[in-house]
Amino acid sequence: MGIEEKLPSGVMTAKVSTVAGHLLKTSMWPATFGLACCAIEMMAVGTPDYDIARFGMERFAATPRQADLMIVAGRVSQKMAPVVRQVYDQMPEPKWVLSMGVCASSGGMFNNYAIVQGVDHIVPVDVYLPGCPPRPQMLLNAILTLHEQITREPHIGDRRKIAQAVERAAMEATPTHAMKGLLA
Amino acid sequence: MADPTPDPARESDVPARREHGSGASVARPEPARQEEPRSGFLADLFAPVAGFGVSFKTQFRKVATEEYPEEKRPTAPRYHGRHQLNRHPDGLEKCVGCELCAWACPADAILVEGADNDDTPLAEGGRGRFSPGERYGRVYQINYLRCIFCGLCIEACPTRALTMTNEYEMADHTRADLIFEKHQLLAPLAPGMVPAPHPMVEGTDEADYYRGAVSGPTPAQEAYVRDREAAAEGAARSSGATESLLDPGDGSPRPAGHHATHRTASPATSAAAATSAATNGGDRR
Repeated sequence: MGIEEKLPSGVMTAKVSTVAGHLLKTSMWPATFGLACCAIEMMAVGTPDYDIARFGMERFAATPRQADLMIVAGRVSQKMAPVVRQVYDQMPEPKWVLSMGVCASSGGMFNNYAIVQGVDHIVPVDVYLPGCPPRPQMLLNAILTLHEQITREPHIGDRRKIAQAVERAAMEATPTHAMKGLLA
Repeated sequence: MADPTPDPARESDVPARREHGSGASVARPEPARQEEPRSGFLADLFAPVAGFGVSFKTQFRKVATEEYPEEKRPTAPRYHGRHQLNRHPDGLEKCVGCELCAWACPADAILVEGADNDDTPLAEGGRGRFSPGERYGRVYQINYLRCIFCGLCIEACPTRALTMTNEYEMADHTRADLIFEKHQLLAPLAPGMVPAPHPMVEGTDEADYYRGAVSGPTPAQEAYVRDREAAAEGAARSSGATESLLDPGDGSPRPAGHHATHRTASPATSAAAATSAATNGGDRR
């Protein structure tokens, strides 16, 4: 594709990928996307008290097409699930998903027919964050965890192929409800 | 703007309103024009940028932002954070495996499986004693993706075995990693404690433990643990296994024997975690 093909394999790509990771993580815009009470804590993170802008998240993007990070803040009802997926699909690559709070992560205390038992049933999740709701520091910690992941990830390559590979892996992975093992 | 001349229509209330209602126009005297206070030359000059003064002043104010990862604001002392399974002063566990916490949990986040303590010597196939009294919690798992940190489990615990810490940094990449097992939840050994399994202090029963009569391990308990470690180490060496030398990770020089017992108690961490994930949720169709 570029200069990295002319150099010995791995040398340039690794460096470029690391630099790209740093660039990506320091200017990540979250989508404005609150579903329930966790959204209040998410808004609190935007206030000067916690100041999410310190991490390059200057504002919450008002459209998914300008967003890199989807913070699923709140319980996802079955009726909302297609909407969540649509918002995810509208986000441009590269994109990440942070499942904030127990309801988004696993359904939490709402183990019933109305709530999706974990948003990972509909979108691939990068970071899970426990708490009901998580305190703003917990969200910042989750964002830092995601930053670490982004610096480690490879960023050079065909975005479409990467996305397809990720999607295929997610489809082939054992779903959580089918995981069986020794009961302790 | 405050009107210096009183409105005559407002003074005589009712008739005036009636007049208004009938559409009759009342000739009101023109209120005297109030002279605007003359502002100085400097005020006129800076009026358009006066708003920036607020920004300018704010530069010198103390910053209210909590610089989170560098300096963390302490939580309230009774903040509901991650759980902890406590120990008696001699190192035996306080949990008796009664499952009251699991029953109290509104989110079904806790899985407990009790087992009987066994005072048979280990050489004769005994499984060891982990808590004073009859039973101990063999399996203890908390699914932090279900837990809402309400603290009802803490209230339910009859032995104060389960308490909450102020730790809140728990974000992770997989659901299985957020199911914490007993070895992650157990309080680290305080200085002087010896790791379970080992017998109770000689001549005491479980009530003595709850009365606080036990203040630390006795030489007999320490000797027992030393023998158990030596035996386990010998067994590991003879079988050529090196895994028993793994670092326990809590900073204490925990012996090899402890690992062996723990591994038998909770085999295949990930498998167990996966199971409890399966039992605890994810049954969406």
